[in-house]
Amino acid sequence: MQPLTFWQKLYLPEILRGMAVTTRHFVVNLLWQRHTVTQQYPEEPTYVSERYRGRHRLMRKEDGAPRCTSCMLCATSCPALCIHIQAGEHPDPTIEKYPISFTIDELRCVFCGLCVEACPCDAIRMDTGVFALAAYKRENFLYPRNLLLGDDLPTDIAEGKAPNH
Amino acid sequence: MTKKLTIDGKEITARDDATIIQAAHEAGIAIPHYCYHPKLSIAGNCRMCLVELEGRPKLEISCNTPVADNMVVCTNSPRVIEGRRGVLEFLLINHPLDCPICDQAGECGLQDYYMQYGLYHSRFQEEKVHGRKVVDFGPDVIFDSERCILCTRCVRFCTEISKTNELGIFERSDTAQIATFPGKQLDNPYAGNTVDICPVGALTSKDFRFKIRVWFLQETKSVCPGCARGCNINIHHHNGQVYRLKPRQNDEVNESWICDAGRFSYKLINDNRVLHPQIQQDGRLQQASWPAALQHAVEAIQRHGGAAVGLVVAPQGTNEDSYLLARLASEVLMTSHVVLYPGAPGEEDDLLMRADKNPNTRGAHDMGLPAPAPAAQLAAMAQAIDQGTIKVLYAIGVDLVAAFGAEAVRRWATQLDCLIVQTSNIVPGCERAHVLLPSATYAERDGTFTNFQGHIQRINAAFAPRGEALPAWQIYTRLARGLGQDWTYASAEGVLHDIAAAVPRYEGLSYAKIGDFGCSVTHES
Repeated sequence: MQPLTFWQKLYLPEILRGMAVTTRHFVVNLLWQRHTVTQQYPEEPTYVSERYRGRHRLMRKEDGAPRCTSCMLCATSCPALCIHIQAGEHPDPTIEKYPISFTIDELRCVFCGLCVEACPCDAIRMDTGVFALAAYKRENFLYPRNLLLGDDLPTDIAEGKAPNH
Repeated sequence: MTKKLTIDGKEITARDDATIIQAAHEAGIAIPHYCYHPKLSIAGNCRMCLVELEGRPKLEISCNTPVADNMVVCTNSPRVIEGRRGVLEFLLINHPLDCPICDQAGECGLQDYYMQYGLYHSRFQEEKVHGRKVVDFGPDVIFDSERCILCTRCVRFCTEISKTNELGIFERSDTAQIATFPGKQLDNPYAGNTVDICPVGALTSKDFRFKIRVWFLQETKSVCPGCARGCNINIHHHNGQVYRLKPRQNDEVNESWICDAGRFSYKLINDNRVLHPQIQQDGRLQQASWPAALQHAVEAIQRHGGAAVGLVVAPQGTNEDSYLLARLASEVLMTSHVVLYPGAPGEEDDLLMRADKNPNTRGAHDMGLPAPAPAAQLAAMAQAIDQGTIKVLYAIGVDLVAAFGAEAVRRWATQLDCLIVQTSNIVPGCERAHVLLPSATYAERDGTFTNFQGHIQRINAAFAPRGEALPAWQIYTRLARGLGQDWTYASAEGVLHDIAAAVPRYEGLSYAKIGDFGCSVTHES
């Protein structure tokens, strides 16, 4: 440890210098709040970058049906094994199969985004910006197809404008 | 007679009547092919198996060129590789790019060979020819003509193997397609094999379609328990659930085929299982622990003595099971009331199916259980129960209602001191048991079956038994220990070790010696 200089040994001047810094920040933040670094979350929405990987959503075709063809490439690439798809025979012979159920276990999900990369038809995205998932029961973290398609969500949550907690 | 030739610089001796592709495959040299199948006639239409022959100006198909002395074959020269690429490009011209939604993806000949020999960029600018999608061929088969490469394996199967002639090629050129003849359905009892031999995704199984992607599946070698033939199969399973059975080639037993009844028998592994030992209490079956359930059975047996125990067993168990059960009956219980009940005979044909719908009737008899019971023997047992000679009935894998009638089973539920039912699945009559013991299915344990020809074959545990079920040999061991014996078998292999020492014609057998394809017990006698 370095020996203290005479000035430092006087003690009080250095204390006062420190107090001056604190007081300056206090006054500046009190008078000009835009300088504050503190975010007023959750009262105010926080900034989420466009490429942020949030809660998943499923996309729709032009006719409103899910884009997903249940090829299972997302489930195959998922390192957390959190995607569960049940495929079914589609009544239209030109469509091979479709997801009868599509469930993501958001508690198991590690939000790596490999499912989005794997999807050959851009049916799954993680661009909702939703990161604060909350529920009272574990089962409520099993997001079913209609929730991922945005069917049962309030509009602002479905459009990613508000966190759904 | 043999012929000597050189393939890829390797000196090979081949059968006189072999073709180049057969000689190469026997020597471990892979030649890509679609239409060639070792068990079907040669069509030579896919042109994928082109090889270069020294002294011949053009590439030739190896599936239809017989071997000759001093022939020099090259399977991987630049010319051959270029030729294969060209053939593949033609085959794929009208093929849809729907691998992600195609059920065959992951086990598709087109995918495999494209990755090995193709890897070109598509030069095809024109509109692809579209065909019929999701064509219903029959009870289990769906056809997609866009994916078909017209190799005619399925047509040849229906002509040569099942001999039912449902399929043919109709129209010509790029509108040529496989179809069923008018008014016919692909509904022969072996139809599922056409899906197996289809090298692409043109034929898919309704039963398996979309259930799971094939790359999730694990394979375990086993033997079909559907009849006395014992067709070799692979169990395809994932997370303790069986998704399908596929035939496994064994030329001495089933060649490359399996009947549809056997193919769909896997459902018994997944559904309708008895999961826990149960004891009849307060008028209904209640879950119990293994020690409690076995204690209940042991006490009943000790109350009346082993001679008052009747055993009725279906030849569904492995040799290991049957050997221990025979010992239990003769050494421990010393009862004479043992009946091997094979159930009603089923359909039989001259391809694979046998009338005896049990996998191990012959093995059970070899292990010391009595010969399959004629009706009189069954009636004698029923009489002994009604007269009170038999106080404890131990039914193993038997449908009691089918064997004795619903009326008798209802009567015996009160008349018998203890009705012990051991079964893997819920069967009629099992709800009347006093003690219900869950046994493991063939997919959940090791063992051996001896088929009607005397061919002994291995089954392997694909996953742990459902619930608290146990392999039958373990139940017998625990029961014998409860009755004061010092049996210490820890594995099915240990039981086979004893069989190999004690049972005539099974001398010196071991799992290593039986291997994946089994061995014959009769030939060594």
